Amino acid sequence: MSHAERPLTAMIDPVTGPPDCAAYERAGGWQATRTALRTLAPAEVVDIVTRSRLRGRGGAGFGTGQKWSFVPREPASERCKYLIANADEMEPGTFKDRWLMEGNPLQLVEGMLLAAYAIQAGHGIIFLRGEYHLARTRLHDAIAQARHGGWLGQDILGSGFSFDIHVHVSAGRYICGEETALLTALEGRRATPRSKPPFPQTGGLWGAPSVVNNVETLSNLPHIIANGPEWFAGLGIGPDGGTKIYGVSGRVRRPGAWELPIGTPLREIIEEHAGGMQPGYGLRALLPGGASTAFVDDTALDMAMDYASVEKAGSRLGTGMAIILDDRTCPVGMLRNLEHFFAQESCGWCTPCRDGLPWVERLLDAIEAGTGMAEDIDQLDRHARMLGTPGHTFCAHAPGAMAPLASGLKLFARDFADHIAGRGCPLRHAA
Amino acid sequence: MSIAEQPLSGDLRAEIRALAQAEPHPRGASVAALRLVQAHMGWISTPHLNEVADVLGMSAADLDGIATYFNLLFRRPVGRHVIMLCDSVSCWIMGRERLCAHLCHTLDIQPGQTTADDAITFLPIVCLGHCDHAPAMLVDDTLYGDVDTPTLDHLIDTLREPPP
Amino acid sequence: MTTIRIDGREWPTRPGINLLQACLEAGANLPYFCWHPELGSVGACRQCAVRQFSGPDDRTGRLVMACMTPVSDGAIIAIEDAQARAFREGVIEWMMVNHPHDCPVCEEGGECHLQDMTVMTGHNQRRYRFTKRTHRNQDLGPFVKHEMNRCIACYRCVRFYRDYAGGDDLAAFASHDSVYFGRAEDGALQNAFSGNLVEICPTGVFTDKPFSGVYTRKWDLRGAPSVCVHCAVGCNIIVNAREESVRRIVNRYNAAVNRYMLCDRGRFGHGFVNADSRIRMPMRSIDGHPAPVPTRDAVMQFARMAADGPVVGIASPRASMETCFSLRALVGEARFSTGQTQVEQACGQLACTLLRQHPGVIPSLHEMESADGVLVLGEDVCATAPRLGLSLRQSVRQPSFPMADAAKVPRWMDAAVRTIGCDAPSGLFILTPAPTDLDPVAAQCFRAVPDDIARIGFAIAHRIDPSAPTVTDLTDEQVRLVEHAAATLLAAKKPLVVSGMQYGSPALMRAAAAIASALARTIPASGLSLVLPECNSMGLALLGGLTLEAVMAQARAGKIATLVIAENDLTRRLSPAAVVELLEAVPNIVIIDHTDTPPCRDATLVLPAAAFSECSGTLVSQEGRAQRFFQAVYPPQPIRAGWRWMQALARAQGCVNVQAAARIQATGLTTWQGLDDVIAALGRACPILAGMVDAAPGADYRIDGQKLRSQTYRASGRTVIRSHISVRDQPPPGSPDTPFSSSMEGAYTPDMPPSLVPGYQVPSWNSVQSLNRFQHEIGGDMRGGISGVRLFPAPDATDHPTHPCATDIPAAFARAEDSVLVLPDTRLFGSEELSMLSPPVAARATPPTLRVPTGAAGPAHMTLHLPDGAHTLPVEPLAGLPDGVVLCPSHMVSPAFMFPCMARITPAGEAT
Ligand SMILES: Cc1cc2nc3c(=O)[nH]c(=O)nc-3n(C[C@H](O)[C@H](O)[C@H](O)COP(=O)(O)O)c2cc1C
Ligand code: SF4
Ligand code: FES
Repeated sequence: MSHAERPLTAMIDPVTGPPDCAAYERAGGWQATRTALRTLAPAEVVDIVTRSRLRGRGGAGFGTGQKWSFVPREPASERCKYLIANADEMEPGTFKDRWLMEGNPLQLVEGMLLAAYAIQAGHGIIFLRGEYHLARTRLHDAIAQARHGGWLGQDILGSGFSFDIHVHVSAGRYICGEETALLTALEGRRATPRSKPPFPQTGGLWGAPSVVNNVETLSNLPHIIANGPEWFAGLGIGPDGGTKIYGVSGRVRRPGAWELPIGTPLREIIEEHAGGMQPGYGLRALLPGGASTAFVDDTALDMAMDYASVEKAGSRLGTGMAIILDDRTCPVGMLRNLEHFFAQESCGWCTPCRDGLPWVERLLDAIEAGTGMAEDIDQLDRHARMLGTPGHTFCAHAPGAMAPLASGLKLFARDFADHIAGRGCPLRHAA
Repeated sequence: MSIAEQPLSGDLRAEIRALAQAEPHPRGASVAALRLVQAHMGWISTPHLNEVADVLGMSAADLDGIATYFNLLFRRPVGRHVIMLCDSVSCWIMGRERLCAHLCHTLDIQPGQTTADDAITFLPIVCLGHCDHAPAMLVDDTLYGDVDTPTLDHLIDTLREPPP
Repeated sequence: MTTIRIDGREWPTRPGINLLQACLEAGANLPYFCWHPELGSVGACRQCAVRQFSGPDDRTGRLVMACMTPVSDGAIIAIEDAQARAFREGVIEWMMVNHPHDCPVCEEGGECHLQDMTVMTGHNQRRYRFTKRTHRNQDLGPFVKHEMNRCIACYRCVRFYRDYAGGDDLAAFASHDSVYFGRAEDGALQNAFSGNLVEICPTGVFTDKPFSGVYTRKWDLRGAPSVCVHCAVGCNIIVNAREESVRRIVNRYNAAVNRYMLCDRGRFGHGFVNADSRIRMPMRSIDGHPAPVPTRDAVMQFARMAADGPVVGIASPRASMETCFSLRALVGEARFSTGQTQVEQACGQLACTLLRQHPGVIPSLHEMESADGVLVLGEDVCATAPRLGLSLRQSVRQPSFPMADAAKVPRWMDAAVRTIGCDAPSGLFILTPAPTDLDPVAAQCFRAVPDDIARIGFAIAHRIDPSAPTVTDLTDEQVRLVEHAAATLLAAKKPLVVSGMQYGSPALMRAAAAIASALARTIPASGLSLVLPECNSMGLALLGGLTLEAVMAQARAGKIATLVIAENDLTRRLSPAAVVELLEAVPNIVIIDHTDTPPCRDATLVLPAAAFSECSGTLVSQEGRAQRFFQAVYPPQPIRAGWRWMQALARAQGCVNVQAAARIQATGLTTWQGLDDVIAALGRACPILAGMVDAAPGADYRIDGQKLRSQTYRASGRTVIRSHISVRDQPPPGSPDTPFSSSMEGAYTPDMPPSLVPGYQVPSWNSVQSLNRFQHEIGGDMRGGISGVRLFPAPDATDHPTHPCATDIPAAFARAEDSVLVLPDTRLFGSEELSMLSPPVAARATPPTLRVPTGAAGPAHMTLHLPDGAHTLPVEPLAGLPDGVVLCPSHMVSPAFMFPCMARITPAGEAT
């Protein structure tokens, strides 16, 4: 399969802006909707998506079709169900969903319509982070056009299936991206995560069956339905299906995001697409899939960026958006910055996360500022272990926060020791 | 009487009521309603919060528990413009600390504060999803990338212009 | 049988609970914070981590939160696992990051769950070396102090206050490690159960504010099991005292009644016992002025009076059974009055009869919590029986439980069950004249006057059982309500009908009983609950006696020479004119009370009675539960229990009047040695009350030959506290009426009879959380059995009366042209006599107003013309109040006005 195959982003043109409904249709849009609503039963859509080997692009990588299969089967007309697009994208280093929403919002709308049809949900909600002003305007616009075109609303295409989308603009809180906290937020409560069961698929928003999918996940659906699951599965290089939006930020020549076959080697992404490191900078390490994934160093460059391979290398594919630590940036400072984020974004519900992360942040502060002590490393280690294990904290926020720390403590042991011995940052970050 | 103490307009209250009616339970509209008030007033004063709570049938404590939970809901007055400079990792790597220092120096305030002329409030913000153009910042509703000191200086000058 | 393996040992346990409960029930020391037996599990604090293994071959296992993990048969867990221990120690260490090291000045110290858990986990070295975050505290009103820096963010406070008690003015604010628990702004906590925060909070954020002023460490407090005297529900309490003063009231767990919670009136109403209004010396009227006299003189004075002619006794529904009964022994049954008006007594006796005849169930408060269809008929239980209201609030959750079961979510998984049940229908119907605090959780509320509510009630009874009489002329809305309520009740497994005496309406109670017994024909668990006004109203209904009107008649006829009034402020029952008439018609008035009431001014003799905290006795709650309260404080000599005064009077009378001596001798009054003798005599004289003897063990009860201690083993300062007077060791005081030693010497075990538990403490557990160790099963009965005794026998299911109560269906209310129907506006704070003498409660009572229907809004002040005169009050419009009705907080305005009446109302200042 050639690298030119970019179903997700083919229609995105930064100069002309997002396609309007007609342009979208001319480019092949709504084809999948016609197929699904006219010829496929909801269960068949679920089956196709399962066979496409699409896995969630929100970070956890759960099989999308499988996730849907837990939703009770009643038709949308008989039971209130929700399909929610997770557009909270607040993972530092991640900017793929914004690209998709600003570039081709109708694709998301159609993806949601297909997902909703599959699970027979009558209500769609886009949970959009509050800072995405342009995305909001474009989504509103796209939804209006889709309504006008009869793609949203009552009895779509005469199929008897009705569905509409409402945009919920959030007000800034990383934890709202966690799917159960997202539901709590939509219910007008403090967005603390919920325990499972009940799983959202059976008892989600306002207690009704609900599916939360990432924007990228949903945006794939029109292409899967239009071109078939085998085509989609074949797009991936390794075991996973489809393309993936990969991105790179940091001191590379061409920071950015690209749609590539899932499983593209990391080296290719960094060296070919991002153009390699900026002159004068070397690659020290990187977070392969956003702030909550573990550091890998250049020995991992040849790994394929698919779920299993990245895990084998000790990290996670996460959002697939890599952050590069160059050799002139202080790793301790970078960790300090990351942990500040995680400490601040803790929802405050469970003790280890609420009170452990600020401690970690202060230890890193102290080490960076030159007041670190040898035993601080033990403390950091202890926190990495105690907060890092899923199940120790209420949700995956703290384990995510500990992924870069635990790996960083190993990879950058020398730097930590130097900071403590030398009473401060030897690099004096160029800032 | 400052605008923060004036009651919400009937239109605004009606809009909030409509938001509430669109939800299975009125409280589902709480963030939207608070955002709406903030969009009109710049921030959410206690009298306004109480009014919203009243329309939504919630207690003030309940609604304030939500208002104080979210980063983008302001419970203190802000300036005419709000500069939010990303403080997350990619921007940090790309030199946001220097910009932060520059802003503090130029505006003569610390992050979280408002300039003496009430023109600008400067706040840190988490990753704006613009990491490929780090350092990034949001000024009111507009996203800026590849920010450097000349851009900043120019921008501050425009923002400082008194309102028409 | 279900068993689990804890640290290599097999333990029997029960299915359906979580591992934390199972461990605690097995006696393990597993620390926890956010879990609470009544609030369930939410997994927030992460303190209860244990290692769970998937099977005998699993060597690694994984850490799980015990409170979030259901018990499964054969489960293998390790508490004493190194990693689990390290994690638990870590959790405490995180909590202590911001917790101030202020134990020495913290009022939670010595009974602090956080202290206990810190010691239990072994965390003892501070490693966090950075600055602590600090918070501002709030003024939360007269009941509860706020010290937010001590918060460990377990979220118990908001879960209790909001989810459990329905309050909405306490919330969590902000996020991450700056979460803040408080109000939107300073001000008194509005929920009626705010005081429970003191016990719910595992550290010193919320503490007892009145206690703060008279603070004593837990280990220096004496405790006595007792019963609340501020309504007829009969919540169990522990009175904590030091020296001669009551310091505070805390909850005493009774699985069937109040369980873990008290209302604020009960917790903070005790101030009257230390108030200036106390009577401390015998007083005699000399030349019209009261003057203190020695006890001997006072008693002899009575003997002389008694020689003048007939002695009549007036008892009171706020006096103990023993006081009432000994008064009856003193004056003879024919001259004994219950001290209630005709209406009050008739209603009380009707309630008693209806309950005893009810073929279904008379549910305890705990049983009410599992009622799945509830009809409240004309009683604002939130004001008249607050703790009962809290139980009804829990009943509303019933429909969500089957939904949780279907989703395979355990019922104790609190947040999850609330998510699942967020749209579950309520089964609660509230038919009252005015809004109540329970309205927001009701399926339907209906506002009408008591007579119309009774009519609807009778109609519901007819709808359930067509053989019950019909009600005609209902409006369409009323008919729909009847249908809806009847259908809900019939569909319930445990329907419940609640009514009461608030509006003095026998019809309301009859209607309630008619519905409950109609339901009982097909649903044996059909419950009936009737709310009575005072702590011993039911006891008096069982004892019987003359009404006040009958006493008046005798007085007018000049047939009373001496009136002995026990703990009864007649101005709260008789109009001012009637009181004057009575006092003038009777030459000698003897008042025995702990509190100075208006008639004391005109009494010939006033004798200082012990308050509930200073003596022992028995009260019968509205569900017919006899419960004993025990002496906590040893007042200076002249003060003694009411019944001991009767005994003293009888002895003196016997000295001068041989005839009376013989009669009194027959009652045994003069020979009683202690409380147990009074109770025995009472049982002989009134067979229906004979069961009372089992309310608690007698004074001769011993454990291993020892009395029971009422102080902790750590008690200090017995000599020190009096060292400014004398450095000699004082022998601890004692009471012949109780099995307690008032010191730290004596027996104390978690399986002692619960009616005798003076406080909760076990090794390693010094806070109220130690209660877990006293229970068989957590949330179940105490190891030592049950406290108190139900006097009403279980109904005989075969004996089905045919609607004996469905008579006298009232006519529909027709509003009068020239007058309004005045209903009592019963208030949580303000209506009850004794609690209003407690400064913090008085501070929470808002000034009286006249509440009128919103349509009737007119002048800001109006004058109400009641039989005792005109009362001008500020007007407060109240949405929903039926036309032609006004609400008046009776005792705050017109002391003797209790029940509905028609009255004229005029704009203030207008000539009448
Ligand atoms: C702390 C935290 C933050 C998250 N933030 C996001 C997010 O911003 N966007 C997102 O799509 N998923 C986020 N997730 C993952 C979601 O919980 C969820 O797995 C995802 O939305 C499911 O969609 P998918 O199956 O399509 O991947 C987050 C998870 C955690 C634990
Ligand atoms: S780990 Fe705990 S405190 Fe942190 S975000 Fe999740 S639930 Fe909230
Ligand atoms: S008691 Fe188990 S997590 Fe709090």
